[in-house]
Amino acid sequence: MSELHKISRREFMKRTGQAGGGLVFALTFASACQPDEAPVGPAAKASASVAPNVYVNIRNDGVVEIVCHRSEMGQGIRTSLPQIIADELEANWDKVEVIQAVGHETYGDQNTDGSTSIRKHFDLLRNAGATARDMMIAAAAVMWAVPADECVAREHAVHHEGTGKSAGYGELVETAIGMPQPETATLKAREDYRYIGKPIDTIDGRAFTTGQAKYGVDTVLPNMLYASIERCPAVGGTVTSFNDVAARVVVGVVDVIRMPEPTSPPLFNIKGGIAVVASNTWSAAEGRKALEIEWDRGENAAHESQAYKEDLIASASAPGATIMARGDADAQTHSQLEAVYYTPYLAHAPMEPPAAAAIVNEDGSCEVWAATQDPQTARDTVAATLGIEKEQVTMNVTMLGGAFGRKSKPDFIAEAAWLARETGRPVMVAWSREDDIRHGYFHSVAAQYFRAGMDEDGTTQSWLQRSSFPSITSTFAPNVTGPGGFEPDLGLLDAPWNVPNMRIETCDAKAHLRIGWLRSVCNVFHAFGACGFVDELAHAKGQDPKEHLLEMIGPARKIDPTKDGGKYTNYGHDLATHPVDTGRLSAVAEKVADMADWGRELPEGHGLGIAVHRSFVSYVGAVAEVSVDENGMLIVHELWIAIDAGTVINTDRVHSQLEGAGIFGMSLALHGELTTSNGGVVEGNFDTYPMTRMSEVPAEIHSHIIESDAPPGGVGEPGVPPVAPAIVNAYFAASGKRVRELPLRNAGLT
Amino acid sequence: MAIEFELNGEKLSLDVDPAMPLLWAIREIAGLTGTKYGCGKALCGACTVHINGQPMRSCVLPTSAAEGAKVTTIEGLTKDGNHPVQVAWRELNVAQCGYCQSGQIMSAVDLLNRIPNPTDADIDEAMSGNICRCGTYTRIRKAIHRAAGDQS
Repeated sequence: MSELHKISRREFMKRTGQAGGGLVFALTFASACQPDEAPVGPAAKASASVAPNVYVNIRNDGVVEIVCHRSEMGQGIRTSLPQIIADELEANWDKVEVIQAVGHETYGDQNTDGSTSIRKHFDLLRNAGATARDMMIAAAAVMWAVPADECVAREHAVHHEGTGKSAGYGELVETAIGMPQPETATLKAREDYRYIGKPIDTIDGRAFTTGQAKYGVDTVLPNMLYASIERCPAVGGTVTSFNDVAARVVVGVVDVIRMPEPTSPPLFNIKGGIAVVASNTWSAAEGRKALEIEWDRGENAAHESQAYKEDLIASASAPGATIMARGDADAQTHSQLEAVYYTPYLAHAPMEPPAAAAIVNEDGSCEVWAATQDPQTARDTVAATLGIEKEQVTMNVTMLGGAFGRKSKPDFIAEAAWLARETGRPVMVAWSREDDIRHGYFHSVAAQYFRAGMDEDGTTQSWLQRSSFPSITSTFAPNVTGPGGFEPDLGLLDAPWNVPNMRIETCDAKAHLRIGWLRSVCNVFHAFGACGFVDELAHAKGQDPKEHLLEMIGPARKIDPTKDGGKYTNYGHDLATHPVDTGRLSAVAEKVADMADWGRELPEGHGLGIAVHRSFVSYVGAVAEVSVDENGMLIVHELWIAIDAGTVINTDRVHSQLEGAGIFGMSLALHGELTTSNGGVVEGNFDTYPMTRMSEVPAEIHSHIIESDAPPGGVGEPGVPPVAPAIVNAYFAASGKRVRELPLRNAGLT
Repeated sequence: MAIEFELNGEKLSLDVDPAMPLLWAIREIAGLTGTKYGCGKALCGACTVHINGQPMRSCVLPTSAAEGAKVTTIEGLTKDGNHPVQVAWRELNVAQCGYCQSGQIMSAVDLLNRIPNPTDADIDEAMSGNICRCGTYTRIRKAIHRAAGDQS
């Protein structure tokens, strides 16, 4: 820890404290990531500032600092969050500087997960901007001795028409210091938005294109050691014995340290193993290769994914626990169709594997730089790991080189903090790709059973769906036997189908790996199964799949799963403000079909497939056009995706999330599968766990945002679920072959 | 044994294990962190640098192989960060998380050095060694075409 860095932060705290505003617990993003370099904090640039709230600090040089309390992982939050505040504040965008917040409860919820950054914080952030604006107006009114309600804020200044006076925000800082902080303010009308709803360039564009963006793995601390940890392949396994003689003679190796044993349930705790710490990453990895370790693989040693698949399908094929029902789903019908859908374990595989650096100071306090989605939980976890108070932990948030849910689990951050204390030196823990693929918190393997009953016209009258998968809750609680918690909310209880008789069941599945949430979570397999099965029903009926899909969704109405006994929590929103609106679902289906010119004559061998899904209170429709080439390989020619996410902030970042969802959806549809043997994940790198590559990318991924003034919905995740079923349905249209399992490479298609 | 090479125009003498992959020598010994680790097996392209003008995966290249060579990383591509490829990347807001983009840009620059006006097929062939988990591929294609236009 450099002295410069300490001074920089202390000065910043002191100055914001003097300013009379709320204390801003923040470092400048650059200083947080580059502790060796000279401070670039505000103290070096301005002599005074005022902080109307924890998200805004206005400097007397005219710069408005906006604190981004959410983590940047590619969704563009460091641009879109400040857009909201700057808009209400009437700040000029080119006078805004973004400060990345440390993990601290003063900012409220910082868990950048569940597509919540905008949908859960829009009003809060607007209010932060608007109250700051009103504080500037109040300061101008005092300065000019005029009534505040005669003053207006516009373009980074306050104006008084009567006297013709104007003052820039910077000029108002001295007067504003010590003035009361407004708690509420009038928010702008939609038509007055300056930045909200606009495609503003990502603020980190230059850093991204010049190699200057600093991720967790880029943290450099003086005298830092680099750790590489060999962990037991099976979850819960422990070290029986080890020999580190050969490891210790590898040049650069400083120490070999046995990690704390894993806990059961795993929680976010250290996963055990043997760490090699060295003067550089290469030496640590070479030393690790020289370790000889005997493992007791523990209670999950017998986990074999192939046998488990059969167990899971058997579980889903037998009656489970009813979690929602209406009418009689078992009533006799003219005909029936049943099917089982299966999807495997997936790893997040962010391009930057998990990485964090930590230092434990002489007084026992700890400072961490981490690629974390959830800095407050990371802080709590580090405090618990070290047995110190969270107030003794400073959690700096770096850029995240992708995350997709992996980096909200801070096990790797706990490893860094623990090793920093053990070694007495700063330690970087940067996972290898194999570590990432084999030791993650994996997306659940899942089996689903569907049975539909149709009348003489082929119209669906009953719907039975059973879902079986190892639960995320097993990571946090003992004796979990199957799906639970919020999981049935994710595309299961809110089934939009206009079917009078419906029953939803969950079926047992014991977890044998650490199960976690991955982009879109259970919506991925629930949408895959349901949209595939609905497509099967269309073909069984002999109806156009899009027309049939609209018929299945039925007339525009608002669904309340709780009326049918479902314990539905609607992503934390009230159904009154964020209804399950089948009209909006149909609208995205219609829109995306129009975009793809559904019904047109297709080239020989091509097929179109459609799927729709509501998740994170947003509605997405997807259409894929595919064919099979002369080598039997599936080609995705084009993708169309339409979203209704209510009010959106940065249209360009919404489009980019949909484009990315298309690729993420292709990866899991075509390639993604983890298998296990003797309790451990077999795959390890991109050769065995492939990603979509440029050669497979459609000629175009067309995306469309439905204009809406509804409250904001999620954006980062909702694009993913309908992609895979759209591709599988298109493959059926092209080939007449129905695929009910992912990935498609197992069907010989990649 | 010291290994000497030129990194972004500056002569360096690094005292490292000759077998250490160049990636780690660049990142941890020379201190330039713009070049990224993604796989360690030349599978993802995040570590792409130019060696004497040729794109190479630095994660599998022993530092000894750089002896006497001219090594260019993302930091040394241009002094001002305004190579036509970098400009096009910003104009089209290609990056999402940004992590793979150093490697993407180094591969794209090499492509345009070889083929000033590439077709989509040329782009697919040249860029398929670079993985982007965020899925920025369609914008990468467009940005390469745009950069090609700027260069012609």
